[in-house]
Amino acid sequence: MSHIKIELRKEDVDFIKGVCSTFNNDPQELINVLHTCQEHFGYLPAEVQEVVSDGLNMPVAKIYGVVTFYSFFTMTPKGKHPISICLGTACYVRGAEKVLDEFKKELAIQVGESTPDNKFSLSTLRCVGACGLAPVVLVGDKTYGRVAPDDVKNILKEYV
Amino acid sequence: METIKLTIDNKEIDVPRGTTIYKAARELGIDIPTLCYMELHDMNIENKPAGCRICVAEVSGRRTLAPTCATKCEPGMVVKTHTPRVLNARRTVMEFILSNHPKDCLVCSKSGTCELQDMAHRLGIKDIPGAEYAAVSTFRMDTSPSIIRNLDKCIMCRRCEMMCNDVQTVGAISAVNRGFMATVAPAFEQNLEHSTCTYCGQCVSVCPTGALTEVNHVPQVLRALVDPTKTVVVQTAPAVRAALGEEFGLAPGTLVTGKMTAALRTLGFDYVFDTDFAADLTIMEEGTELLDRLSKYLKGDKTAKIPILTSCCPGWVNFFEEYFPDLKDVPSTAKSPQQMFGAIAKTYFADKIGVNRKDMVVVSIMPCLAKKYECQRDEFSVDGNPDVDFSISTRELASFIKQANIDIKNLHDEEFDSPLGESTGAGVIFGNTGGVIEAACRTAYELYTGKKLERIEFTELRGMEGVRSATLDFDGLPLNIGIAHGLGNARKLLNDVRSGKSQFHAIEVMACPGGCIGGGGQPLHHGNSEIIKARAAAIYTEDRKKPLRKSHENPFIIKLYDEFLGKPGSEKAHHLLHTHYFDKKKKIMIKK
Repeated sequence: MSHIKIELRKEDVDFIKGVCSTFNNDPQELINVLHTCQEHFGYLPAEVQEVVSDGLNMPVAKIYGVVTFYSFFTMTPKGKHPISICLGTACYVRGAEKVLDEFKKELAIQVGESTPDNKFSLSTLRCVGACGLAPVVLVGDKTYGRVAPDDVKNILKEYV
Repeated sequence: METIKLTIDNKEIDVPRGTTIYKAARELGIDIPTLCYMELHDMNIENKPAGCRICVAEVSGRRTLAPTCATKCEPGMVVKTHTPRVLNARRTVMEFILSNHPKDCLVCSKSGTCELQDMAHRLGIKDIPGAEYAAVSTFRMDTSPSIIRNLDKCIMCRRCEMMCNDVQTVGAISAVNRGFMATVAPAFEQNLEHSTCTYCGQCVSVCPTGALTEVNHVPQVLRALVDPTKTVVVQTAPAVRAALGEEFGLAPGTLVTGKMTAALRTLGFDYVFDTDFAADLTIMEEGTELLDRLSKYLKGDKTAKIPILTSCCPGWVNFFEEYFPDLKDVPSTAKSPQQMFGAIAKTYFADKIGVNRKDMVVVSIMPCLAKKYECQRDEFSVDGNPDVDFSISTRELASFIKQANIDIKNLHDEEFDSPLGESTGAGVIFGNTGGVIEAACRTAYELYTGKKLERIEFTELRGMEGVRSATLDFDGLPLNIGIAHGLGNARKLLNDVRSGKSQFHAIEVMACPGGCIGGGGQPLHHGNSEIIKARAAAIYTEDRKKPLRKSHENPFIIKLYDEFLGKPGSEKAHHLLHTHYFDKKKKIMIKK
């Protein structure tokens, strides 16, 4: 009854099936499977969720429910350098929102979007456990502390 | 079993360990209000997500209020269900639920049967603080061939999700998103039409509000009735007569066959016929197919597919096309009674009365929402003209009767028209789980053994257990019968067929718990399984009242074969009364 066209490369399908079987095709392991897939693909498009549904033998509606429940999971592709701005209490009171506004202005994108060249994407998160460095910005795996709006241009320059 | 003593509202009670406070209170006659909790006894269906928080109570030693539907009794517990704190909390929760609920109660399709409306009344809500700030219309409407989703009216009780996933194992819908955007939706929030939905309608039948309703086809039927160029023929499914009365305040299980017939005639239908006639016809075709496959199988013919599966239920057909397409040549190819009726009405009967099929409108009254989808399937039309034009549910018929100012309770009983209104008791019991296979066995026994069936009622095939089995003695041949109602139960039997473990010769499946009497188009049972049992009993009563109780003895069926079809399984019968199935499983497409 479905009319969505699913197009994945064969190696992608094999990868997802492989992940599912690593976790014994157990529906209880859904979150681990989704973690691994997001690490690999950078995001969880509908196509990937369909294959996971097949692999774990559970309804794709349930998988979509989990993907949309946890803010960690995303269905939009992240940029090559995903930028996350902490909006936890400590970062927020030390001006994280102004830093975020500066990133939005510089990249001309909103939270949850990627730049047209797919180089950067912007997201927010709550507390990375480095409140002493507030406000904190993550670019990929690298952490920047005590970021001021004026630092934003320089941070981006590192990745051009 | 270990029992626990506790006190609820100053009354002591002993309950088995594991009992919830909600159920213990019920034992004491204390009716704690709830919006999400639902239990259908005998069918192992229970929904207790503790989501609505209306059922909260004060429990000694507990800082917070406890949701009683999900809190188990403990020894010595003291529970209070109506302290000022509890009543305040309950009222506040209700006000929050109502704050972003549409305020169109007057014109809502659930008005009058809405559990949310009843609850607001019961809790004495006269004002909704903050309602003026609440967003209106967060979710778009989704209309499918059978079901309308209006999720602005969803209160996240998640009964529909439980029905779709746990009972039916269809998995078309799930809770998605969070916070204010939380709702119940198909994957990727697509339309129902693009999901794995079978249109069984069980989600609709448990929805407490107007979030899930059926597509209303009454206006189209009314237009056909007033069109002087159209001959309008109506057929009524067996389960409708056992439930329609409930919509008019009659006790569940009151048969209204004669009054329903009179009401339909008053509404202006030119011919009031009975789907039971087509049910008898189904038995002729399906029973013949069963005996044919069985005799080949017994002779060692490996191509004969055994078990044969019934194919009357469109929700069930959708289910196996989606989940078991590899087994699509196992079910009987016989069309459902609704479609057999349409095919005969627009050929044999149309010819008889000299009406062109394009000028004939066939309406069906069904306990079912999947029937709406079924009659729209391409393979059931000729040059774009469907065999059955419109299918309306029992609830829609009730509404139609009320709109037409008909006082159904005071109508005199009338009979169905001839010939497509003549049926046997075998056709009637199609409405109950186990009924189709019992009707088939009544005929198959006599055809197979050549002997008269002395004991007409195969009571071993009856009951409410989700999966049942029985072995019937066909004059020395042990015939193994399996029965499932509820698609989750059907899945269990289908898995055995797929793995080759199944020992059954024939399996009957009905998608809805209880069979058609518990269908998605029936008057809402609000979680009371006694209503379903009363309807089942009414169906068996109707069967016993019939002078003829075996399909092959129906003189009008015999005449139909003599005059028109030849014999069961003939080429003409195959052309008009049989169908084929499709593989609807989602394919994962691979980029080359």
